[in-house]
Amino acid sequence: MNFTLHIWRQSSADSEGHFETYEARNIPGEASFLEMLDILNDSLVTDGKEPVAFDHDCREGICGSCGMMINGRAHGPGRKQATCDARMRMFEDGQSITVEPWRAKPFPVIKDLMVDRRAFDRIIQAGGFISARTNAIPEANAIPVSKPAADEAMDAAACIGCGACVAACPNSSAMLFVAAKVSHLALLPQGQIERGDRVQRMVAQMDKEGFGNCSNNYACEAECPKEISVTHIARMNREFLRAKIYER
Amino acid sequence: MVLDSKIPEGPIEKKWTNHRFSMKLVNPSNRRKYSIIVVGTGLAGASAAASLADLGYKVLSFSYHESPRRAHSIAAQGGINAPKNYANDGDSIYRLFYDTLKGGDYRAREANVYRLAEVSGSIIDQCVAQGVPFARDYAGYLDTRSFGGAQVSRTFYARGQTGQQLLLGAYSALSRQIGAGQVIFYDRREMLDLVVVDEQARGIICRNLKNGAIESYAADAIVLATGGYGNTFFLSTMAKASNATAIWRAYKKGAAFANPCYTQIHPTCIPVGGEYQSKLTLMSESLRNDGRIWVPKKAGDLRRPNEVPEEERDYYLERMYPSFGNLVPRDVASRRAKEMCDNGFGVGPTKTAVYLDFSDAINRNGKKWIEEKYGNLFDMYHEITAENPYKTPMRIFPAMHYTMGGLWVDYNLMSTIPGLFVIGEANFSDHGANRLGASALMQGLADGYFVLPYTLPNYLASHSFKKIFAEQPEFKEIFSAVNAGTKKLLSIRGKTTVTDIHRELGKVMWEDAGMGRNAKGLKHALKRIPEIREKFWNDANVIGESGSVNLELEKAGRVADFLELSELLAADALHREESCGGHFREEHQTPAGEAKRNDKKFAYVAAWEYTGAGRKPVLHKEPLKFEYVKPSERSYK
Ligand SMILES: Cc1cc2nc3c(=O)[nH]c(=O)nc-3n(C[C@H](O)[C@H](O)[C@H](O)COP(=O)(O)OP(=O)(O)OC[C@H]3O[C@@H](n4cnc5c(N)ncnc54)[C@H](O)[C@@H]3O)c2cc1C
Ligand code: SF4
Ligand code: FES
Repeated sequence: MNFTLHIWRQSSADSEGHFETYEARNIPGEASFLEMLDILNDSLVTDGKEPVAFDHDCREGICGSCGMMINGRAHGPGRKQATCDARMRMFEDGQSITVEPWRAKPFPVIKDLMVDRRAFDRIIQAGGFISARTNAIPEANAIPVSKPAADEAMDAAACIGCGACVAACPNSSAMLFVAAKVSHLALLPQGQIERGDRVQRMVAQMDKEGFGNCSNNYACEAECPKEISVTHIARMNREFLRAKIYER
Repeated sequence: MVLDSKIPEGPIEKKWTNHRFSMKLVNPSNRRKYSIIVVGTGLAGASAAASLADLGYKVLSFSYHESPRRAHSIAAQGGINAPKNYANDGDSIYRLFYDTLKGGDYRAREANVYRLAEVSGSIIDQCVAQGVPFARDYAGYLDTRSFGGAQVSRTFYARGQTGQQLLLGAYSALSRQIGAGQVIFYDRREMLDLVVVDEQARGIICRNLKNGAIESYAADAIVLATGGYGNTFFLSTMAKASNATAIWRAYKKGAAFANPCYTQIHPTCIPVGGEYQSKLTLMSESLRNDGRIWVPKKAGDLRRPNEVPEEERDYYLERMYPSFGNLVPRDVASRRAKEMCDNGFGVGPTKTAVYLDFSDAINRNGKKWIEEKYGNLFDMYHEITAENPYKTPMRIFPAMHYTMGGLWVDYNLMSTIPGLFVIGEANFSDHGANRLGASALMQGLADGYFVLPYTLPNYLASHSFKKIFAEQPEFKEIFSAVNAGTKKLLSIRGKTTVTDIHRELGKVMWEDAGMGRNAKGLKHALKRIPEIREKFWNDANVIGESGSVNLELEKAGRVADFLELSELLAADALHREESCGGHFREEHQTPAGEAKRNDKKFAYVAAWEYTGAGRKPVLHKEPLKFEYVKPSERSYK
């Protein structure tokens, strides 16, 4: 298959970026999107040109490193997919493909398609945990957890921290990411003690990082590779309200 | 070099308890005066950094990833073992100890393996307390399943994402400490060398991957938790960036490298599609609980799987191993699959695959049941191959997956360099010549949560430490060497891409030092590796500059190390004139084609000492003694 690629090139955080056009030739349909970029990069290197920089690692949709806007869609056209899961057979032969980095103020570009997503880590550092010290813990089966609660917590915990929700949102809101973690821990008995404090600290950090507000657009859920549901946002809002009431 | 394993005296079930009591302690108010560098934030590194910080030490944590949560551990699917005996099916610490030692084909230390089994129960407790959403039954208690090579149900899991959930647990503990200022996390830093001062590991030199700056960091002890070296084979199930640089450079600074030839091939991966392929995808071996492996009875059968009638299928594992069936250990399942394909029974377009069929399980328990257990794996398979595994059997083939070898460590997890500790997949300690499924996660977390937090403080309490500065000569010297190394890579300016050279190395390794090894092939590899290395240093095209993000430069540094490590791997494989676990020498097999050990000559750990560039490494042997389990032929019939 052949493709015409319009790829965002930006040499560093403070430089101006621009699109460059490349032709990708003889790409097998089974190749993943990232393997297609590998092939392009190999040809660039062979021609003595600088390859396109992008983040990736596991290449099986679990580490959350990859992430690009492909034809305006976070992680490309497929549903339930990270960028590395996308295969070239999903595109049409001869198609033009535009590739850009996540566009959001709290995710500054590092180079080309690589962005800085440390804001997510800082939100977790602010409270996205249960303060269980090593070894200061009860026996695992001492506290049963109902299967539905455990299953729903697992649904929320499946978030890979890729940032597609932010990139897809017109307001660059991080609500889905934050809600997934708040929900995961609020659903479990182990997470109860710190419940109120956790949600307040995480939301405060989220605001401090400059993520926008949620206007119920739901583009986040549509583009999330792990199908994190917006119902978690509703739960987070309840958690937040509950924390405020308890405070008073 | 002296290899002192420091195994404590006493009966095996008392060793760890006694040792813990005999170790020295650091007074709580003195702990913050010590600083510890932990390289890596996978299960081993994140759990160690969080636990040491919990104790009050100042921890400096490093990773080439931007976020600790992206470490390769995130990709583990199947589960984690612990002998909780919740299934009431006869499990115990002793049985897990026995299974792990036998699974490793009697090439691991009894004392280490026993301790691993002993502390593993606490890991589950710890993870549950952190909020890891393990699978549960309807009464709300933890569910378990049986997993590759075990006859008891001792594997805890979180759907097909166990590694992810365990890592997110350890990451949350680490994040808590970063938030509290007890851990400083240095993101996108690649450790490129180790600094030894007065025979103590005291620092590291890193490249800041964002701006190319070379940076020095000093501490009182160093922990490497940098994962395995499976990417030596180019195609593997490892994440793309996984590499051996940290352990390899430590080896060149004096840390012995143990059993480099013990590598594990995983039986259930999606077969290679073409040259473009950048990595191989694992299909969790938990699938073997419900999937049945078969090939057509007739060689070269071109029919589609659903057209092959039941009686014309050879469920060869069930036929050869009636009691373990499809659940035989990985090395056995892998070799049998290769044999089937070598003999012309392979299926699929490339004829290098066997079927993994779920139709029986779907008929028995329904599609929904399968979906709940393996949904994400089935989706992943579907996405990659465009075939629906609910309807047609999966095609699978073995792939490079895990490395049991690694830096040599004593019972305290300390390498031959004082103050340099090595944990997780990066060390060689507990799996012998073959690792059982669901026990890498167990070992990484055991090391990080429950072993190192005792043994490392003991080291701190029993040594004195000179004040050091990252500006002193020992640092400056290595700093300059690292700088020069980077310049050298950038000055090659040849024509072959680094990826092509890596792929070439991978082919040699897979063919000559992969699943089936023999003297001829290994000698061929030992001839080819230096040639490829020479090609690299003369003709690699390493583009760009050192002062900014440069992914090609990062890749080149890693491949340069693989090109050296691969030679040690092949030499170790050639010297080990026996078959054991994942190391299968075709010259040494039983008439039934099983691995044939030579306990008289090879019941030892092979620890290699670096002696300088271009010189042959020196072999040191740590004899293995078995007082509790008598080595026998590892039979799964
Ligand atoms: C696909 C797959 C599935 C698996 N499934 C299972 C399973 O079900 N059960 C099981 O028990 N095991 C499983 N394993 C094995 C297990 O996942 C690994 O052995 C284990 O996670 C390794 O953990 P680690 O902490 O030692 O290293 P890793 O998780 O590999 O972490 C290495 C860390 O070191 C850092 N690092 C490395 N080098 C440097 C450097 N030079 N400078 C700075 N940082 C560096 C990396 O950034 C990373 O943070 C699986 C493995 C694979 C590949
Ligand atoms: S919620 Fe979904 S889109 Fe957002 S970070 Fe998590 S996995 Fe990515
Ligand atoms: S590379 Fe890991 S999720 Fe895409």
